[in-house]
Amino acid sequence: MYMFKYICKRIGLMVVTFTIIFVTCFVLVKLLPVDYSVGFGEDTAKIEAQLRARGYDKPIMEQLVLYLKRIVLDGDFGIGFRMPEYRGRAVWDVFIEKLPPTILINIYSSLIAIPIGIALGIFAALKKNKWQDHFISTAVMVVISVPSFVYASLLLFIVCFKMDALPLNIASFADIIKMYPEKNLVYTPGTFNWALYFNKEMFLSMLPAVFSMCFGSIAGYARFTRAELTEVLTSEFMLLARTKGLTKSQATVRHALRNSMVPIFPSIVGEFVSVLSGSLVIEKIFSIPGVGGLYLASINAKDYDFFMMLSAFYLLVGLLAGLVIDLSYGVIDPRIRMGAK
Amino acid sequence: MKAQDYKISSEKFVFHSNAENLHDTKLETKPVTYFRDALNRFARNKASILAFVIIIILVLFAIIGPIITPFTVSYEDINYAYVLPRNEFFHEMGIHFWDGGQNKEVNKATYDLYRGIQEETGRQVIMTEPTMREEEYMGKTNTLYSFRLDTYNAVGAKYELLNTQEYEALQKYQDDFNVQVILPITDPKQRPEAEQDKANANIWYKTKLGAGRKTQIVYDQDGNFIPIYQAHDGTDMYTSKMYYEGEEKLYNYAEPKSGGMWNIRVDYREYYIYKHYLAGDGITEPSFILGTNNAGKDLFTCLASGARFSFILSIIVASVNLFVGAIYGSIEGYYGGKIDLIMERIVDLLASIPFMIVITLLRYHFNVSHVIILFVAFFLTGWTGMAGRTRMQFYRFKNQEYVLVARTLGAKDSRIMFKHIFPNAIGTLITSSVLVIPSVIFSETSLSYLGIINLNTGNMTSVGTLLATGQNYLFTYPHMILFPSIFISLLMLCFNLFGNGLRDAFNPSLRGTED
Repeated sequence: MYMFKYICKRIGLMVVTFTIIFVTCFVLVKLLPVDYSVGFGEDTAKIEAQLRARGYDKPIMEQLVLYLKRIVLDGDFGIGFRMPEYRGRAVWDVFIEKLPPTILINIYSSLIAIPIGIALGIFAALKKNKWQDHFISTAVMVVISVPSFVYASLLLFIVCFKMDALPLNIASFADIIKMYPEKNLVYTPGTFNWALYFNKEMFLSMLPAVFSMCFGSIAGYARFTRAELTEVLTSEFMLLARTKGLTKSQATVRHALRNSMVPIFPSIVGEFVSVLSGSLVIEKIFSIPGVGGLYLASINAKDYDFFMMLSAFYLLVGLLAGLVIDLSYGVIDPRIRMGAK
Repeated sequence: MKAQDYKISSEKFVFHSNAENLHDTKLETKPVTYFRDALNRFARNKASILAFVIIIILVLFAIIGPIITPFTVSYEDINYAYVLPRNEFFHEMGIHFWDGGQNKEVNKATYDLYRGIQEETGRQVIMTEPTMREEEYMGKTNTLYSFRLDTYNAVGAKYELLNTQEYEALQKYQDDFNVQVILPITDPKQRPEAEQDKANANIWYKTKLGAGRKTQIVYDQDGNFIPIYQAHDGTDMYTSKMYYEGEEKLYNYAEPKSGGMWNIRVDYREYYIYKHYLAGDGITEPSFILGTNNAGKDLFTCLASGARFSFILSIIVASVNLFVGAIYGSIEGYYGGKIDLIMERIVDLLASIPFMIVITLLRYHFNVSHVIILFVAFFLTGWTGMAGRTRMQFYRFKNQEYVLVARTLGAKDSRIMFKHIFPNAIGTLITSSVLVIPSVIFSETSLSYLGIINLNTGNMTSVGTLLATGQNYLFTYPHMILFPSIFISLLMLCFNLFGNGLRDAFNPSLRGTED
C-alpha cells in the first residue's frame, strides 16, 4: 500500500513538472513571430490558410487548448512549415519515421554495453589492486573522459576509412532495396518495414555508430559495477558466507553479485527507457536519419511544431527514465520498500 | 532548597599544586589543519599531480598561445588553405614528420604540375623520389606517382590584379630586397584551353587540349617543359632590376588590363611575405605549426583562442554557480521545513528542463551574441546542482553540537551559516566547482559542434567549431580534427583525474586509508 501511494505521488509530481515546463515552453514558442517558407512555385496563401485554420492568430491560451485538443482527439501535433523536406507533412508521421534508426542503434549499443561493462567491472573488482584492475580502471577513466565525438571520428578514420572494415555511411533504403531484388521490398514513408531494418547491410552500416555509442556505456557500467562490488566484497556477510562453507566463487555469485546489482539494475532499466532519445552528436557524425538529426534540423530551421513535439518527447523520456530508476530501486530491493514504512 | 544553602567556605579549597604556571604539556607535533591535510594527501596522489600539471600547461597554452603567434583568428589566406602542420626544426632537418609534407599518390598530369612549380620557383615541392605504379582504370593504363609533397611550396604562382601604384611599389620592393616576386607573364594565346585550368597561374609551359577537354602537356624532344612566357615588347612598364633567369629583358612581366590595372603572375610565397611586410602585422613567412583549415586560418591560433574562450566561460560559470548555489543551498539546508520544500520544488523543476530547450528558446527570443546566451543558459540550469550539494552539507552539519553551542551563545543565523557551517562544506563545494569546469567546456564544445551555438564570429572561435569543420575533412585532411580532439580529450581526462584527486583529498573519512 505504501509503495502504491509512493508511486502515485511520484507520478503526480512528474505530471506537474511536465505540465509546467510544457506550458511554459508552448507559451514562449507562441510568443515568437510565425515564420514560414514556401517552395518554388508554391502559393504563400495556401500555407497562410493552413496556419489560420490551425488558429495561429488566436490568443495563446486558446491556441494551447486547441493544440491539446488536436493532440488528444486526432493525434495531430501540427505540421512542418519551415524545413523544405517536411513542409506540409504531419509532425507525428515524420517523427515515427525517424524513430526506428534511433531506437535500433540504442538497443544494439545497450545490448553490447551492459554485459561487457558489467563483466569488466566484476573482473576488475575480483582482481582488485592487481595489474588487471589497474589496466581496466585506467582504460575506463580514459574512455569516460574522452568525448564521444573524438572516438567516433577515430573509429571512422581507422576502422572505416583506413582499414575499410565497416561501411562509412548508414545504408539507405534505396541501397537495400537494390541489394535484395528478390525480396521485392518497398519503402512507403510513414510506415515501418521490418525487412528494411533487419538485414546484414543495415546492421553492418549501423555498427560504427553503435560502437561509438557503447564505449562510454561500457566504461560507465564497468566503473559502477567495480565500485559496488568492491564495497560488497568487503562487507561482513561475505565473511559469514565463507565461514559457513561456501567457496569463493559461490559466495561471490550468490551473495556479493546479487547485492551489488541493487544499484546497477535500476540504471539498466533507466537505460532502456532512454534508448528512445539517443545521442545528437553520434547521429550527426554518422548522419543517421534519426530523431536527433530531426531535432537539430528543426531547431536551426525554427520549425516550431517540430520543436514543440520533440522537446516534449525528450522531456518526457528524461522524466520517465528518472522515475523508472527511482521506482525500480523499491522493486528490486526489499530493504528500501520496508525501510520506507 | 536554595543555592546559598550550599555555601562552601573558601578554606576548604586547596590548590592542587603550588607551581607558578599551570598548563597542559605542549603538543610536540604541529597541528594539521583541514586544508593542510587535504593538500598533503593530494600531493601523494601521483596521477592527480600529473593531471594538474597538464591542466596548467593547457591553461598556459590558452593564455600565451594567442599572444606569441603573429596570426589572429580573423586572419585567413585561402591560397594557404589545407597546408599541413610544419615545425621548422623538422623541416630543416629533412625529417619526414611534422614538416608540412603530405604523402600523395597522383596521376601524371598532377605530378607534372608539381614538377613545373618546382622547376619555376626553384623550391622543393616533391620532397622524396617518386615511386611509380601502373594501374588499370577503365581499360587504360595509368601511371601513378607516389611521393611526399611539400604542401607549402606546392602553392606556386598566382595571378594578381594590381593597379599601377601597387605594381610600382612591388617592383621597388623587389629591388630593395633583391627578391624575384613577379614572374614572367605567359603568352595569353598559349594559355591552357581547358576550362578548369584557365585561371591556373602555375601552368607556364606549353599545353594542348587533350581527350575529355583536359589539359595535356607538350614536351620537347628531351621530355622537358617548353615555356610559354610572353617575349619582351615593352608594354609591361617593368622597371625593376630583377629578371627571371638572366640579366636581360627577355620576357614581359605584366599584362595591361582595362582601368589601368595590371595582371601579374607572382611567386605566391614571396608575394605573401611582401603583403605582410606592407601590412606590418608581424607575419614573416607562411609556416603554420598546426597547419591551416579549409579557409586558410591558422589552427594553432584558432585552437588557443578557442581554448581561452572555453576556460574563461567555464571559470565564470563555475564561480557564479558556486556563489548563487551556495547561498540558495545554505538557506534551504539551514532552515529546512516548508522553506526547504518549496525551494526544492523550484530546483527540481529547473533541473528537469532539458538544456537544449533552454538554449533554443533563448536563441529564438534574444537576438544577442551567442556568448551571452550560452552564459545565461549555463547559469539558469547550472546552479541547481551546487545548491543541492550545499543543502546536503548543511543537513549534515546543522544539528551537530558545535552549532548548538554557537546558537546557545547567541550567534545569529547568518553567522552560524557562513562562519560555522559553510567552512566545513567548502571542500566538497570546491571539488564540485572544479568538476563543473570540464562539464561546461564539454557542453560548450558539443553545442558549437552541433551548430546550435555559433561562436565563430569575428575574432573568436571555439574548439567545437574547429571539430565540426575538421569532421568534414576527416578523410582528406585529418590534421584539422586531430589537434582540437587531442586538446579536448586531454583536458577532459586531466580534469577528471584532478577532480577525483581533490575529492579524495577533501574527504576526511579516507584519511590514513591510503597508507
